[in-house]
Amino acid sequence: MNPHNPEDAHQTIESVARESYGRLIAFLSARTRDVAGAEDALGEALIAALASWPRDGIPRNPAAWLLTAARRRLVDRARHERVRAESAPTLEIIAGDRPDVTTPDPIPDDRLKLLFVCAHPAIDPDMHTPLMLQTVLGLDAADIARAFLVSPATMGQRLVRAKMKIRHAGIVFEVPELHELPQRLEAVLNAIYAAYGSGWEDAAGADPRARGLADEAIWLARVLKEFLPDEPEVRGLLALMLHCEARRFARRGKDGEFIPLSDQDPELWITPMIAEAERELVAAARMGRAGRFQIEAAIQSVHAERARSGHTDWNAIAVFYEQLVQLSPALGARVGRAAAVAEVKGAESGLRLLDELDHDAVSAYQPYWAVRAHLLKQLHRDSEAADACDRAIGLAEDDAVRRFLLARRDR
Amino acid sequence: MKFAMLIYETPETFAGRVNGDDDSYVGAWRVYYKAVVDAGVYVGGDPLRLPETATTVRQKDGKRHIQDGPYANTKEQLAGFMILELPSLDAALNWAARCPATADGAVEVRPLAPEEKQRITGEPA
Repeated sequence: MNPHNPEDAHQTIESVARESYGRLIAFLSARTRDVAGAEDALGEALIAALASWPRDGIPRNPAAWLLTAARRRLVDRARHERVRAESAPTLEIIAGDRPDVTTPDPIPDDRLKLLFVCAHPAIDPDMHTPLMLQTVLGLDAADIARAFLVSPATMGQRLVRAKMKIRHAGIVFEVPELHELPQRLEAVLNAIYAAYGSGWEDAAGADPRARGLADEAIWLARVLKEFLPDEPEVRGLLALMLHCEARRFARRGKDGEFIPLSDQDPELWITPMIAEAERELVAAARMGRAGRFQIEAAIQSVHAERARSGHTDWNAIAVFYEQLVQLSPALGARVGRAAAVAEVKGAESGLRLLDELDHDAVSAYQPYWAVRAHLLKQLHRDSEAADACDRAIGLAEDDAVRRFLLARRDR
Repeated sequence: MKFAMLIYETPETFAGRVNGDDDSYVGAWRVYYKAVVDAGVYVGGDPLRLPETATTVRQKDGKRHIQDGPYANTKEQLAGFMILELPSLDAALNWAARCPATADGAVEVRPLAPEEKQRITGEPA
């Protein structure tokens, strides 16, 4: 690469921005608590890079160049705001510890702290994922809004409010203490999983909410694993997402039609991703602390086994669902257990488990109605099955799923 | 930084004040207050008299409006406040969680805004 070639410069800016964005934001905001200010400063630094790198050549350490430029902007702004008491310490902090620009990797990595801040219990849980996506990955509010089905203006306001809270509420950029870590880590994991989108493949072909942020979520999980290699749930989450992602090309047919997991062609599954998921799951299991994500990954691992054995071990899946329900009796787990039990012991048994669920809680839960329809049909209770299927179709968010269920109902 | 712990109590808790020193809630507060002071984080604070003693004042069209009763018409009412000097919100949340008022009422944690005070007084915070 020629450091003086303008096209190379643009490419470098893009790749540095992608790889270092979260790191630079984390470093700057960990010292000022001002995430929005750090984002503005880094944004201006990137614009400055676009002007100067093609002209003057790419600096030897592009990330450090960006950091220096962003800091200069923060210092300038702090000087302007000197009337405000709080800007004085900011100024000191920013001007104080300048990293050595000549060393290859002078920027301490504070991204873990930033992840914990984004998922802090004092921040509205609905904002944990959007904050992570914006601060660690640099996604803009419009993209995040699209994934969360709200208007860009609304998402923008919520992000501004959340960053305001981080800055002024006294939330510090620290990794939680050991006794708090499990609970705080759970919030981080949930936020990452929410970015991935939940419920990829419930047994009866329920609603896969493709939010289009799967790559980002997996990336965040990898970052988290780098920092916390000894936390089995981090690896469990990574394994779970990799297993689901491995089926990316198998869950849609040629014409975009929905293909439920049991009908998928294992030839289309991405083998290296499955292998990586298995490695993570084995490493997690070795630590001897089971958890929700490990169990969910184990269920997906059993499904993946079909590529080799040609059949699905529903008995094992039912056992894992039982464990999952014991650990966290969420609606999804209980519906999944009913579906697995039905495969092992018959539709009647599955239906009994569905009947135990709270009527109000399931009224708008699409997978419940899809599984229910499936089981009723097996029992030849056709009119009830059709009713349940209508409910499932009415609650489906994904058009491919809707068409799949319509076809199944009329079969 | 300084945090205000705004303590909210239910009518039942307020009613318990007539029991005086025998009240278990007062006993819990005595221990909590000692812990706060011993930890060296206590800056100040006081309990408030019953919400029924509150009077709320507004100005409308140059006319003074006096209302008998507290500003907020909620079940839980402001019952007192404490100012604590703490390094972080997490530390403040930990102290709030230990407060006896959280069992039945609630504690709202709010950071003080010294820069606003400075803007008003012109004196360094």
